[in-house]
Amino acid sequence: MENNYNYNKKFEKEYDVIVIGAGHAGCEASLAPARMGLDVLTLTVNLDHVAFMPCNPSLGGPGKGHIVREIDALGGEMPRNMDETMLQIRMLNTAKGPAVHGLRGQADKKKYHQRMKQILEEEPNLDLKQEIAETLVVEDDEIKGVVTKTGILFKGKKVVITTGTFLKGKVIIGEATFNAGPNQQYPANKLSGSLEEIGFNLRRFKTGTPPRINKRSIDFSKMHEQEGEKGLTFSFDSPPFERNQVSCYLTYTNDKTHEVIQDNKMRTPLFSGVIDGVGPRYCPSIEDKVVRFPDKGRHQLFLEPEGELTGEYYISGLSTSMPEDVQYEILSTIPGLENAEIMRAGYAIEYDCINPNDLKLNLETKKVDGLFSAGQINGTSGYEEAAGQGLIAGINAALALKGKEPLILDRSEAYIGVLIDELVTKGTEEPYRMMTSRAEYRLLLRQDNADLRLKEIGYELGLISEERYQMFLDKKKDIERTLEFLRDYQVTPTPENREKLKSLDSGALKKPVKLAKILKRPEVDYDDLKFFAPELPEVSREVKDQVSIQTKYKGYIDRQMSQVEQFKKMEDNLIPEDIDYSSLENMRLEAREKLKKIKPRSLGQASRISGVSPADISVLMIYLEQEERENKDEE
Amino acid sequence: MTNMKEDTISAIATPFGTSGTGKVRISGPDAINIGSKIFEASSGIDIYEADSHTAHHGYVVNPKTGKTVDEVLAIVMIKPRSFTGENVLEFDCHGGMVPLEAVLELTLEHGARMAEPGEFSRRAFMNGKLDMAQAEAIIDVINSKTEKSLSIAMEQLKGGLSEKVNKVKDDVMELLAHLEASIDFPEDEIEGFDSNQLEERLKEIKEPIQKLIKTAKQGKLYQEGIKTVIVGKPNVGKSSLLNYLLQENRAIVTDVPGTTRDVIEEYINLDGIPLKVIDTAGVRESEDVVEKIGVEKTRESLKKADLVLMMLDVSQGLTEEDIKVYNLIKEQHTIVVVNKTDLDENIDFDELEEQFKEHPLLWTSVKEEKGMEELKNTILEEIFQEQINVDSDVMVTKVRHRDALNKAFESIEKVEQSLENGMPYDFLTIDLKDVLFYLSSITGETVTDDIIDQIFSDFCLGK
Repeated sequence: MENNYNYNKKFEKEYDVIVIGAGHAGCEASLAPARMGLDVLTLTVNLDHVAFMPCNPSLGGPGKGHIVREIDALGGEMPRNMDETMLQIRMLNTAKGPAVHGLRGQADKKKYHQRMKQILEEEPNLDLKQEIAETLVVEDDEIKGVVTKTGILFKGKKVVITTGTFLKGKVIIGEATFNAGPNQQYPANKLSGSLEEIGFNLRRFKTGTPPRINKRSIDFSKMHEQEGEKGLTFSFDSPPFERNQVSCYLTYTNDKTHEVIQDNKMRTPLFSGVIDGVGPRYCPSIEDKVVRFPDKGRHQLFLEPEGELTGEYYISGLSTSMPEDVQYEILSTIPGLENAEIMRAGYAIEYDCINPNDLKLNLETKKVDGLFSAGQINGTSGYEEAAGQGLIAGINAALALKGKEPLILDRSEAYIGVLIDELVTKGTEEPYRMMTSRAEYRLLLRQDNADLRLKEIGYELGLISEERYQMFLDKKKDIERTLEFLRDYQVTPTPENREKLKSLDSGALKKPVKLAKILKRPEVDYDDLKFFAPELPEVSREVKDQVSIQTKYKGYIDRQMSQVEQFKKMEDNLIPEDIDYSSLENMRLEAREKLKKIKPRSLGQASRISGVSPADISVLMIYLEQEERENKDEE
Repeated sequence: MTNMKEDTISAIATPFGTSGTGKVRISGPDAINIGSKIFEASSGIDIYEADSHTAHHGYVVNPKTGKTVDEVLAIVMIKPRSFTGENVLEFDCHGGMVPLEAVLELTLEHGARMAEPGEFSRRAFMNGKLDMAQAEAIIDVINSKTEKSLSIAMEQLKGGLSEKVNKVKDDVMELLAHLEASIDFPEDEIEGFDSNQLEERLKEIKEPIQKLIKTAKQGKLYQEGIKTVIVGKPNVGKSSLLNYLLQENRAIVTDVPGTTRDVIEEYINLDGIPLKVIDTAGVRESEDVVEKIGVEKTRESLKKADLVLMMLDVSQGLTEEDIKVYNLIKEQHTIVVVNKTDLDENIDFDELEEQFKEHPLLWTSVKEEKGMEELKNTILEEIFQEQINVDSDVMVTKVRHRDALNKAFESIEKVEQSLENGMPYDFLTIDLKDVLFYLSSITGETVTDDIIDQIFSDFCLGK
């Protein structure tokens, strides 16, 4: 088979897993199988851009932050890498309910990259190489390896593609366009062709970034400072974050800014037709915002430091592909940025990606056995979404090699599960970003309980060390012990207790109640309970929070749990992979074709395909039962 | 597959007619439990304790109001010895369509879900109760019934309902998108609500749902009964007619929720069709009837009548008073009843025919019970001529809509409760999403992606 491919040398070592790309998806996809004991090769276009953040220097927020916590519980590297290198961290949404709290951290781009690169370099089972993968070697619909631009054939049993925005990347700045990857790196121009040859239909997506400006040219006194919070970390296992934090700054656009944009509308690639890729709605360029929401008097801008050893500032909210001279003009209208020196101009980038409908829930392609893909190539956007997929793809490549069942997280277990389910089942028409409103069991998928949801899985995979696992078990025990105490301990309406409740602005106590009932009151905190119950267990802040959430919102949580039970019934109902939908003559044609295309794993997944009705599911159930009985008869 | 545990479903399992009997079937793990909440056996036993394959006489009673819905025979079948292979409870009702529907609604209120088309058969098949040869037949049933119920649902929605539901749905969606946007984009400038504003917004959602429930209940034929007014000058036999109809056909169901009984209203179950008879015989005989009817209030109630029975007396002839009464009601659906044929005629047959040519004219003697069958048939004809055909699927669709509206209402009340308890946004969205889900189930749409679309169309978000 190798004779069908042009190469100069066959590399002597044969790998278990080859990962194409070393961005956020690629790093996780490489580390997971290596840590699971397999031989991994990671190829990157540029070694100086491992785990690079080409867009904003931050991680997290609601939904995205949840994913980072899940990555931690499953033994991924992103959260710890961030904790070690970040400049600032805050918790967002604290007033909107525990399920939507979201950690947001400011990254030091350089340090983030350096540490992650070092982790990869030091991983014994992992080889990191600067190579441009150009051709996928496929034999009988099975992946065999990769041929590079410089003519080396690397043989691998599984391949994970994590090319981000590199595939036929095209950068657009006003009237200027050129072929390039993110941050004007060398694009991967050939791999797209190889994918198309195999039979993938590629699509064009678009994303963009704002200009970066020099710190010395910014007048921070005209802006609002935003500081970090002490003690928070992304990883459940990192020590509390106590380093000095770097601030971000807020400023706003105004009528003058909008005028400049309107005046130069015709020079905007977005409106003049130069850009034909589909961009994300949640990450609109400033020109898009001004044109679509003309009534909005101002748009918020957020100045984020790119790192400690650089003066570059990222102007979040000012993503643009307008000509560079217009970018200068725009900046000159904004308070504090009047004299801003652009160091890198904002740009839009178009790139090839696949249709995630072509993937299975384990992130393996349906067309080629052993070929996985993760990250932006699957139509998502965001470092966190990429890393989450990379981790799952890497884990599943490893599990397949070990002959084990794939790891498929469902929608009730993790945001990562929601993410992959939606990509594979529904596809996406724009770069997909995670939002908490996409999760129907949001209250259960909290960022505070990601470890309780997933750490067991991470441990069983071998991605969580014994030491970390033991810490987790201790925490779990503390939670259970404390909950039990709250359930059993009785508080009586003594004058002192009444007085205390009164001082907490809490309602009177008429008869003896369990301590849990007191904690249920919105105005009562865990620490207040000490007064009523001196023997109250002394536990960590995390345990207190966990216990409080589980007690205060029990009614709501229980309701969602019973919904999940219902959901699981359909999810656990697997559809045989070899099912022949075209033989289901009694099913509506539209439903049959959709099912044939998506190949759902379970009845639950089937029911989420648009165009498949409950009646179609009923028909499918009967058909499956028929098959089962026939098979039984044959035995 | 066969061991898949399912929820409990309920439906009317017999075709309807005006014959007035039918079966409500509940199937699933909670079937007997749900039944026991709404059934009172004459023997006093709790049906939950009953042996399999036993029948129990008793009453379906609404536990909230304590009112009897129908006299029924409850048949208990414990799994796997039932049609579906699950626990099954069947109520054989005999009060006609209204009680059937009311019993079904009670089961839905107490934890059952309305069965999908062909779902009983599907479950029976899955549980090995039907053989392979029947599989195709079940699929056909599912497909044809789904198609039919879809077309009926569409038909029903053509009226004002879908517009009204969509209006409320839009309001819910807008509020939800606002809350979700502020949750998912905390760093964007999205104005929040204070609790008064939220309260106001919730009220704006709740009130129209409440109204819709009321309207849905006015599926007149089945719920409120046909408002029937008996008019005529004094002493033409109005009370006798009412008494006759009452003793023959006293309705079992009178506790239709949301309606109150007052002294001049009586419910009559005419071959399964409920008539709410408004008895102007309550007016004192000595007073001038026309004058009495002339009172605005009475005039109003006449105007609202679905059916008027205008009574004449053969022996008194056609008087000026009769004509005056007639002029008030001639625009209505009216049946002219010429009573007291047992007495000497003092009336010009041709004159009558001419005078009342636009309405059916019947000759009766209530006293001798003559012409009464004909009268009943004419009443039914009048009703059916005007009303939609009595089609089981239409009725089922209506129950489905009402069920969805009731659940939407319950959910919006939960949102209000959460707000009152000072819960943060996230908790409001939980039940608000349910409101949206139930409203959407009426119009047959899915919503998840819509919310996200709405977020981006309403707000300028992201960086």
